[in-house]
Amino acid sequence: MSTPLLEVENLRVSFPTHSGRVEVVKGLSFTLGRERLGIVGESGSGKSMTGRSILKLIRKPGEVTADKLRFEGIDILDQNEKQMRAIRGARISMVMQDPKFSLNPVMTVGEQIAEALVTHQKLGRKEVQQRILDMLTAVRINDPERVAKLYPHEVSGGMGQRIMIAMMLIPEPELLIADEPTSALDVSVQAQVLDIIDDLVTRKGMGLILISHDLALVSRYCDRILVMNAGRVVEECAARELDKAQHPYTRGLLAAMPVIDETRDELPVLDRTQWAGT
Amino acid sequence: MSALTLKNLDISYGDTKVVHGVNLDVPEGESFALVGESGSGKSTILRAIAGLAPEWTGEISVLGKPRTHGVDRNVSRQVQMVFQDPYGSLHPRKTIDSALSEPLAIHGIGNRGERVEAVLKQVGLDQRFRFRFPHQLSGGQRQRVAIARALMLEPKVLLLDEPTSALDVSVQAEILNLLKRLRREQNLTFLMVTHNLPVVSFLCDRLAVMRHGRIVEIADVAQLKQGDLKEPYSRELLAATAA
Repeated sequence: MSTPLLEVENLRVSFPTHSGRVEVVKGLSFTLGRERLGIVGESGSGKSMTGRSILKLIRKPGEVTADKLRFEGIDILDQNEKQMRAIRGARISMVMQDPKFSLNPVMTVGEQIAEALVTHQKLGRKEVQQRILDMLTAVRINDPERVAKLYPHEVSGGMGQRIMIAMMLIPEPELLIADEPTSALDVSVQAQVLDIIDDLVTRKGMGLILISHDLALVSRYCDRILVMNAGRVVEECAARELDKAQHPYTRGLLAAMPVIDETRDELPVLDRTQWAGT
Repeated sequence: MSALTLKNLDISYGDTKVVHGVNLDVPEGESFALVGESGSGKSTILRAIAGLAPEWTGEISVLGKPRTHGVDRNVSRQVQMVFQDPYGSLHPRKTIDSALSEPLAIHGIGNRGERVEAVLKQVGLDQRFRFRFPHQLSGGQRQRVAIARALMLEPKVLLLDEPTSALDVSVQAEILNLLKRLRREQNLTFLMVTHNLPVVSFLCDRLAVMRHGRIVEIADVAQLKQGDLKEPYSRELLAATAA
């Protein structure tokens, strides 16, 4: 690996509260090449905030500091809003959790996807149309011409999520951040959506950050995993070696999941006092 | 005796029929799961039993007595429901104490203070939560309150609509343990809707796989554990989980 796609060093995100500033991400460091990185953790572990700070999406009064936050050599923290708009979507894009709340309810699917594309590139109308249809086909939507004319409320959750993926990938970004892309979806649809992301990411040689609370899912779709708890990375390991994880928190999470051939009478629960977190 | 019997149950929302000819018998003390994808009608069955989806035909019997279509106080005392989203199912401007006392007031049951105290203890919540509001509680704590609310009238049957899918895995484990313990202690009958097969394996005795408003297969959990489901659709669900 030559220059990494993304370099993060000592990333801190804090918010003010009545009792002073609270850090929700406490000195996170990692580098990302053209690979698939999973960030796992429970609610409040700071995983989503990490994803958002890479896109500089944390608004005041939230505060982001880092010794280094570089995307292909560009210092993200130094960019102004205008410069960020050229990066967001075009070079780094993000798939959000719930298609119901993330798609514009008063624009058709086709218009929304077109907007993502023409914001960053000047293209003829015909070409835009063609790209939209190709993209919808790429996310395995049958009959893309019909779907492009639908409004978000007319499509199912799984289809909505595929539309969002289409929208995020059509400007051909180099890095995709997927924040819980499937937690609002059915189990049977989850695998389909992740397969599509996986396929497109591998084919285009993009970097992927998959943020999720689901250890099993992340280990299946990523090369490397960061386990976060209370704003810190407690463990980093190769996805294949997740079952050999050492940290008691990771082990606790793994053990707390029921399995399909469950024989335990009681599930072990985490002793929260042990990690001085929330 | 059967805790719940459904015979030829059809349920509609307006002109749309969402559940077609469901037959089901859940004996007392059993934990039964309904699994299937969104829109398969599994939650609708729970809603019809609870009286929230009144447009049904066929027969719903609770502990041997047929249920009427309207509000049925006897059914409320025997059957209670726990909803999926602990953030949405508690009144934001009522304290935990008043949310838990309300069913007692409706049914004219006295001794409310003591009952609230007792039920909080059962679900493993400290007494200091009693006069707080839902927004001051975490998701897991709220789901405990929702379960406590369902237990207030000392029902025999609990209808659980995806009780853990909005929770983190470690919190899910706590709630699953709680449900298992409550069922053992109070000899409850569970009818649970979920799409998480490992949860079924942990908590249930039997399951019905639903698709497009129909039951396609009823199986023992032992069959699920061995991957021995018969219908192609059930196997597909199992494969999606196991992969």
